Amino acid sequence: MTHFFDLLMNGVSLGCIDALIALGFVVVFKATRVVNFAYGSLLLLGAYVVGRYHDRLGFAGAVLLALGVTAAVAVLIGVVLLRRVRLADPGTLAILTLGVDIVLATELTRRIGTDLLTTGDPWGAGVIALGGVHLPQTRAVAALVAVTLVVGFLAVLRFTDWGIALRACAERPSTATLMGIRLSRVAAGTWILAGSLAAVAGLFFTAFPSPGISGTVGQAALGAAVPAAVLGGLDSTTGALVGGLAVGLTATFAAGYQEQLAFLGRGLGGVAAYVVMLLVLLVRPSGLFGKREATRV
Amino acid sequence: MSDRVRRVSLGVVAAMLALAAPLSLTAFWLQTGLFAMAAAIGAIGLTVLVGVAGQLSLGHAFFVAVGAYGYAFLAGKDTGSLVGAGWPTPVAAVGAVALAGAAGALFSPITRRLRGIYLGLASLGLVFLGQHIWHNASAVTGGFNGRDVAPFNLLGFSFTATDPEVVLFNVPYGALERLWYLGLALVVLSYWYARNLLAGRPGRALAGMRDSEVAAAVMGVDVRRYKAAAFTISSAYAGLAGVLLALVFGRIVPDSFGFLMSIDFLAMIIIGGLGSIAGGVAGALLVTALPLLLSHYSDVLPFLSQPGEPGVGAAEAARLIYGAAVVAVLLFAPGGLARLRLPLLRNLFPRRPFLPSQGADHEANAGTGHRAVPDADRL
Repeated sequence: MTHFFDLLMNGVSLGCIDALIALGFVVVFKATRVVNFAYGSLLLLGAYVVGRYHDRLGFAGAVLLALGVTAAVAVLIGVVLLRRVRLADPGTLAILTLGVDIVLATELTRRIGTDLLTTGDPWGAGVIALGGVHLPQTRAVAALVAVTLVVGFLAVLRFTDWGIALRACAERPSTATLMGIRLSRVAAGTWILAGSLAAVAGLFFTAFPSPGISGTVGQAALGAAVPAAVLGGLDSTTGALVGGLAVGLTATFAAGYQEQLAFLGRGLGGVAAYVVMLLVLLVRPSGLFGKREATRV
Repeated sequence: MSDRVRRVSLGVVAAMLALAAPLSLTAFWLQTGLFAMAAAIGAIGLTVLVGVAGQLSLGHAFFVAVGAYGYAFLAGKDTGSLVGAGWPTPVAAVGAVALAGAAGALFSPITRRLRGIYLGLASLGLVFLGQHIWHNASAVTGGFNGRDVAPFNLLGFSFTATDPEVVLFNVPYGALERLWYLGLALVVLSYWYARNLLAGRPGRALAGMRDSEVAAAVMGVDVRRYKAAAFTISSAYAGLAGVLLALVFGRIVPDSFGFLMSIDFLAMIIIGGLGSIAGGVAGALLVTALPLLLSHYSDVLPFLSQPGEPGVGAAEAARLIYGAAVVAVLLFAPGGLARLRLPLLRNLFPRRPFLPSQGADHEANAGTGHRAVPDADRL
């Protein structure tokens, strides 16, 4: 039973990180209808900056720098590149971000090379033991930070003008424009938000017990973001949180009960989330909380 | 010279060059060419699905892998820990293509329900699912270390260096030289089939579906059936590409068929020009050949570093270039290579009236004052 609670705790904390990742993915889609395939690379960028500069700037300084850099790059992608093709359909925009992803991921992987970069966070490899249940300190911090950020974001979405503007854009961009909402400004805001979330998520995604910062992190992060976001519904922030938790729990439990699930093969943790995603899509084509598409004639 | 004559003569020259190529090309060039041919077949399939039918798929690599492993399994024999069906290789190749097509058809419960970007993301799941299967079904796939592929053998003529030995104009015909002709034949066949398919009723139905599912349904197109058919055909193409790829590699490992391969295929059809078969082939040549060429000439090209040195290596430079090319094409030239208005290219990529994405709509609408919808809207 301890094993079960162990997995539950670890699953929830990993789910919090996944929820952060998915949130950045979903916010941009909600406001701009862009599926941001460059998100994995943004996350890698954040982790890379922290890994590269924490010696020189200290951990806090490196994190601040990472926040700034990823937010700036995200805005660059969102505002400079995508505005030119704003009227194109989601597929085209998604492929455009794929192109950006190829460039970013290649360059970052090249820069990392064979270096062994770690995040250099102050929690290191510390583990909290609570009545036989073990949780890495980084994961506990990650869960706290994630909950804080998510609550903050939901409050902003609910109570501030910008939040209302964002929801209006998501509902119907043309009407929002008529109400005097500047779509470009809202979009830029979501890209900044997504970039910052990517940096935070990248930090925890690569901290202990993960092996460190390498070129494959971007793909792995995208691999977690996609099922989480699709499962919950691409345009639903609630969906992103639920989806993130579901993906984190699925991955942890599938990995934790490997022996019992041996007939399904090794390395089940990574793929289980996709199986769940495909099953959910069979029943609910727009995800659990996504808005159903109605066909108007 | 009329357009037609010029086109035919260009085609004849190109065909003769392609047929004579193994006489003078080194193994490196032959291999590059064969990879490009396999990619071209896959790209034609993806063009039909994404460019013409408008169904975004990021799962192409999965179906390529089904073809490759399908062939390796069906043509292979039971050896050690591996199992194989031991079929004659041509039958195995056909079987592998059918298997890939069936995999595409099996995906239809998902394709039927999903649309647009949801479909793209769901198909991405296939790639990850596939990776898991290829790594774990080691009796069939050989697991992480991969599996050797039985060489092709057509009625006693083996596509290897011997059996029978062939020497033409003092050039010994080894495996690559022989595969070259097989590849050429398959590419021509694939191209011809796709062109005929799209020139007829199915092509119009698919294009109608891309432009508006509702309108297509009103016109009597069975949207569900055509969606499933588009996936099946595109997957069968991917399977054929997989068979050829397996033959060229000689040994296939799971990591070749990852997410990156799916992206590569998308890059090919975007760079080539969405919806154009010839453009897809051109994009395939470019995307496949670029990294190989750059690494081959990395010692002469000043901006590239040697392996092991700091700086931008050949493989990285190639990825940077075509990543940037995807962005640039979508931003500045949504028609891709197929729409670039260069005199020579215009002959190679003739416009066809039935597919608006190949340029006809601009001309057709210019006189009536309608806005010509840019291709980028049509994905």
